[in-house]
Amino acid sequence: MLRAFTFNEVLFLLDATKWTIAVTLIAFVGGGLVGLLIMILKVVNNRPAQWGAAAYVELFQGTPLLAQLFVVYFGMGLFGYDVSPWVAVSVVFTLWSAAFLGEIWRGCVQAIPRAQWEASAALGLSFAQQIRYVIAAQAARIALPPTVGFLVQIIKNTSLASVIGFIELARAGQIVNSATFRPFLVYCTVAMIYFALCYPLTALSRRLEGKLHGAH
Amino acid sequence: MVYEFRYNQVFRHFDVLLEGAWLTVQLSASAMALGLLIAIACALIKTDGPRPARLLVNAYVEVIRNTPFLVQIFIVFFGLPNLGLRLSASQAALIGLSINLGAYATEIVRAGIESIPRGQIEAGVSLGLSRLQVFRYVIIMPALKAIYPALSSQFIILMLASSIVSQISAEELFHSAAFLESRTFLNFEIYSIVAVMYLVLSIAFRGALNLVRLAVFRRP
Repeated sequence: MLRAFTFNEVLFLLDATKWTIAVTLIAFVGGGLVGLLIMILKVVNNRPAQWGAAAYVELFQGTPLLAQLFVVYFGMGLFGYDVSPWVAVSVVFTLWSAAFLGEIWRGCVQAIPRAQWEASAALGLSFAQQIRYVIAAQAARIALPPTVGFLVQIIKNTSLASVIGFIELARAGQIVNSATFRPFLVYCTVAMIYFALCYPLTALSRRLEGKLHGAH
Repeated sequence: MVYEFRYNQVFRHFDVLLEGAWLTVQLSASAMALGLLIAIACALIKTDGPRPARLLVNAYVEVIRNTPFLVQIFIVFFGLPNLGLRLSASQAALIGLSINLGAYATEIVRAGIESIPRGQIEAGVSLGLSRLQVFRYVIIMPALKAIYPALSSQFIILMLASSIVSQISAEELFHSAAFLESRTFLNFEIYSIVAVMYLVLSIAFRGALNLVRLAVFRRP
């Protein structure tokens, strides 16, 4: 007996959307923290640190997120950890986001001219003060638009968490589809919900970028 | 209990994975070519087309860029038969990947076309070049040359994203991995090998794209 695709089914999809948002937030916060570390390792004057960070970025940007999810999900099981999809998804999305955010932020920090470091040193600012008032203050402004843009990438890629059985919006779409068998309608609704989440952020990122270029 | 890795059992069936990798190369290369054609057409419409066409292209780009690829291929493969268009998994995969790449590359190509100064086009026309010659030598080739690095990264992203078409059971590397897993249950071994294979593929693609750049954009 097939179910009809009614408002209840839409509500079910909207309910699952909160898990999409939850994973996105975990990935963004966790990835931001680890990404900060990657960025620091890449800009400090230390060859092994730079190489380590470069290898990390290459590993996570050069393999499909799908493969990362499977390796961590099955790998954690082998080493005797409780394999809840929640943990696997949080770990993978954190590590994956970190590789991209680290790279984005490195670009922003390196976009600050060397002379700014020298000038602030000449003014007698301590290293911490240089970072806080001169480098980070300027880099953060440049970093904002691409960071918001990457948030959109995170939201879209959380749909892949569905493959290891994590129930979020895309997985909920599959569930509703197998109950109603209206794939076109169901997946278009799912796409519309993703669009409603992503488009405002895309527009915001574009506006921030426009502002940045307008200011110069 | 310590788990004993059984990589040798996977390597015994390595030909299955190699075959999958070759399919991934073919699928990605075809999607790159088709996606680039879509992108060039859309970028031209965006810079110089009639308003309704421009709005349509804008809608296409925004919809694709703001929805997950997984959902896009679900719509193409599971949804379109509802509307009477039945595609095989590999057709749906190629179409889905091309449409997806087309949207991302449209913005990239458009930036390239807009970087060509108006005066260059006028100079081309006044040198007596035909419309087609102006388009080819003055607009599109220099534009592609300017945006080639960004385009190459987008191509690599596409190659990695092609793993997602395994979810509609289109045949490529990730699908081969899933097949092997169903036979051997050595999931960790298989997926870690496959991850390394993708890493090698992305490095190889980067190298190949560099060679293409050297071959196509030789002239200064």
